[in-house]
Amino acid sequence: MSVTLLIEQLINGLQLGTMLFLMASGLTLVFGVMGLINLAHGSFYMVGAYVTALATVSTGSFLLGLVAGVLAAAAAGAIVELLVIRRLYHRQHLDQVLATFALILIFSEGTRWLFGSSPLWLSPPEALSGSVALPGGSRYPVYRLVIIAVGVVVAAGLYLLIAHTRLGMRIRAGESDREMIGALGVNIRRLYTLVFALGAALAGLAGSLVGALQSVQVGMGEPVLILAFVVIVIGGIGSIKGALLGALLVGMVDTLGRVFLPALFGQFMSPSDAAGTGTALAAMLIYILMAVILAFKPKGLFAAHD
Amino acid sequence: MTRLHPATTPEASPSESRSWLERRHLVHGVLLAVMLLAPVAAHLMGEIYYVNLASRVALVAMAAVGLNLAIGYGGMISFGHAAYFGLGGYVTGISAFHAFDGSLVMGLPGSDNMLAIWLAAVLLCGLLALAIGAISLRTTGVYFIMITLAFAQMAYYFANSWPDYGGQDGLPIYLRNTLPGIDTNDALSFFLICFTALVLSMALTSRLMRSRFGAALTMARLNETRLATAGISPFPIRLVAFVISAMITGLAGALYADLNGFVSPSMLSWHLSGELMVIVILGGVGRLYGPLAGAILFVMMETLLGGLTEYWQFFLGLVLLGVVLFAKQGVIGWLAGRQQHE
Amino acid sequence: MNKLTRAGLGLLMTTAVATAQAEDVKIGMITTLSGGGSHLGVDVRDGFMLAMDQADRDDIEVLIQDDARRPDLAKSLSNEFMQRDEVDILTGIIWSNLAMAVVPSVVRQGTFYLSPNAGPSALAGKMCHENYFNVAYQNDNLHGAMGAYMREQGFENPLLMAPNYPAGTDALAGFKHLFEGEVADEIYTQLGQTDYAAEIARIRASDADSLFFFLPGGMGISFMKQWENSGVEMPVFGAAFSFDETIIKAVGSAAIGAMNTSQWAYDLENAANQAFVEGFQDAYDRMPTLYAAQGYDTARLILSALEKAHPSDQDAFREALREADFDSVRGEFRFGPNHHPIQDIYVREVVEGEDGEPTNRLVGIAVEDIQDVYAEQCRM
Repeated sequence: MSVTLLIEQLINGLQLGTMLFLMASGLTLVFGVMGLINLAHGSFYMVGAYVTALATVSTGSFLLGLVAGVLAAAAAGAIVELLVIRRLYHRQHLDQVLATFALILIFSEGTRWLFGSSPLWLSPPEALSGSVALPGGSRYPVYRLVIIAVGVVVAAGLYLLIAHTRLGMRIRAGESDREMIGALGVNIRRLYTLVFALGAALAGLAGSLVGALQSVQVGMGEPVLILAFVVIVIGGIGSIKGALLGALLVGMVDTLGRVFLPALFGQFMSPSDAAGTGTALAAMLIYILMAVILAFKPKGLFAAHD
Repeated sequence: MTRLHPATTPEASPSESRSWLERRHLVHGVLLAVMLLAPVAAHLMGEIYYVNLASRVALVAMAAVGLNLAIGYGGMISFGHAAYFGLGGYVTGISAFHAFDGSLVMGLPGSDNMLAIWLAAVLLCGLLALAIGAISLRTTGVYFIMITLAFAQMAYYFANSWPDYGGQDGLPIYLRNTLPGIDTNDALSFFLICFTALVLSMALTSRLMRSRFGAALTMARLNETRLATAGISPFPIRLVAFVISAMITGLAGALYADLNGFVSPSMLSWHLSGELMVIVILGGVGRLYGPLAGAILFVMMETLLGGLTEYWQFFLGLVLLGVVLFAKQGVIGWLAGRQQHE
Repeated sequence: MNKLTRAGLGLLMTTAVATAQAEDVKIGMITTLSGGGSHLGVDVRDGFMLAMDQADRDDIEVLIQDDARRPDLAKSLSNEFMQRDEVDILTGIIWSNLAMAVVPSVVRQGTFYLSPNAGPSALAGKMCHENYFNVAYQNDNLHGAMGAYMREQGFENPLLMAPNYPAGTDALAGFKHLFEGEVADEIYTQLGQTDYAAEIARIRASDADSLFFFLPGGMGISFMKQWENSGVEMPVFGAAFSFDETIIKAVGSAAIGAMNTSQWAYDLENAANQAFVEGFQDAYDRMPTLYAAQGYDTARLILSALEKAHPSDQDAFREALREADFDSVRGEFRFGPNHHPIQDIYVREVVEGEDGEPTNRLVGIAVEDIQDVYAEQCRM
């Protein structure tokens, strides 16, 4: 394997990681501040992608579509929080799991009811299509580099938001002591709605961006939801830093596993068998990674709190 | 670990408590009677479909009984019980496969005798749960939920890409496995086997929870420190409960494969884990009869809604949401009154 | 929706209707109408019901149920149809794994099953059955045909890619069987995978002269979108499963230029096909896909056999099915000894249509009278 290919695969891992971070940061924020497990987080990803696809087609501008997608996801998050989620904060995790599982069904089948079963069209804008040369002669899609850049900007933005703003201070206060911030006179209901909508917006952003690279269809949020959970559990639930490092770790391990494991097995197996076995193991790899990490660090790498 | 607090209901006055008690027994009796008599009646009317549907309810309920032992009584929210359900199913499938073509599996012949299959399924599920539980129980709360899911996902991907037994296409069981003296191909006989297994699993749970072990498990859930002051370590108690829970679910899976004549990785998917959890919560967490009530309701909704509209899962979602928001103790809590010590 | 409600109502009233007329025919359809991949089931259903509507027979009742792509639910529905509704014919299943769960026991119990899509190798070979008919294809057909076509076109070093599951490995085996030459590499992806950056990098680094892939449904959409912007220049080939009219609309310009094999094309010139394509567009206001064509043919095969015999006369009805005495929308059509089609497989190219959206254009025939290799394992 050449160095060029290795570099390209490392960028691929980084890109998958930044996308996962967008999903995982919202998930971990909601858990950290409100103590809520939200299985329906993937639904906001789907909402973002659907609205972006529809708005891009009708306005002709991907950028407008993207904005619409993110806003729609945030609005969907706020509505769901007001109607359902706020009744769940004081309930057991089990009830939260069931209620948000029910929300997945409602969102998925509701979307299908409204927009039909066929996947929607969404492509990167003309300006961002095409590829650039990498050192070593290979090429890399511009759009994927843009996703990485957006991920970096969002990570920096979240850091500034949490470390240096009033809202961030309240979020931090909420993470360390939920009763306390109520006593401080913060409108806690509004804070919770805001945080939930922020998380949904981040998921919607991920869906909008990735929707241009993937099939925009019902159920598209489920695989990425599971991955995002793996990320936040590895990183330590409630920790933004953990989500970032967990996302990069999972992105790298998944990408490199898919590339290297079949090649590794090819050393002592026939190509067909090696491809099959290697791929099978690659599919399990991140779950194995998660189990190993939790076996040694039962609260993940950077636990904020339980 | 985030604890469940179903047993913190304020004490009722003695007279009130008796009337609750009676209502509870009545509801439980009716549930069991319906579960047993409806298929018998269907059989007499020649409606085999409803007999098979009842078998499905009984087996799904049994799988949920197993999960309820972990979630409801042990406070261990496993999101990966599909692993045991599916493993049980694959034991049936693989054993029948080798019995059918006379080949060996790991040096052993296959068997089409259900007793042998059940024994193998229960033992293997127990072993798997011992390994998974030993690692997973080091974690608590959401971490526990996710690590159990992770192990089930590994099993799912493994089964999907293992070509010997059909991979994602699954493994058909051509002939239903046999039980000496019973015609397992007869729908009612097979239902009675499933029903017996269900009742036994509930009896086992009940017996277990009344024993010193059950008391220790409840204490581990409610107040770990008090258990520790009594000189008992919670870890082995939980691990044993987790293993028994997996064995029950695994046996249900072994029978489920025979009912369907088919086993596939979808028995290992996270949707199935989620569904079992839904049934437990729908029925009532930590209630002996909860899984049965939940399974009846869930399968009925699936069957009835599915015939009415292609968007049935939308309405299923609404119903589930309604239950979790408004019927906090599940269907059993609503029918039979609030939580008592069972 | 209307039809579905009717089917649902019919379902509730079956007991009443069943006693009305002994000569009535009841058909049960189990197909995927909800969740991922439901556009295939919707198309099969709509194609099937179009043929039924065109035939306008009031002695045929079609009951439709959604399997949500779950094998155990499909299995339970098949029990429901056979044991409660006592249907004469079952049909509708899209996915091979669901077919494997349902079909063997259905046909063993003496009900006819006509597959409008799934054609797993086991059911064509060792597990074939006299009551099982496949009206679509054996799963390998389209892949094998592409192998033959690419060999003829002079490609010498194709790279193959498919998900790591039985239909995927079968697809590549089917391709290699008729391609007959060496291949550059085989890449297996994960089922349901959405990101193909790593695979595209591997393809770029290889010395392949062409790419053949089998990634049905959303996987194919994701791959093609990512392929477009990768800057890899290599001709792309596949089977129609990744290039039906619905999918290429979702892929957009990225699909243009790709060649794919199909047993049907909407621009095939024959009277049956014209009636179908026009009728479908009138009824549903969208282009039909090959799945709709398969549903349509399945219904028309049933109708043709019903002209000759009632399903209760099993031997006569089976014989009538075997004759395949109907004008298939794909042109020539007949059954081999294992009740799987012997048919021509066409090559289509994805081009820009008049409305600027991508569409398939018929190029020619890849292989004439293709028959699956499993027929010789079938004893019935």
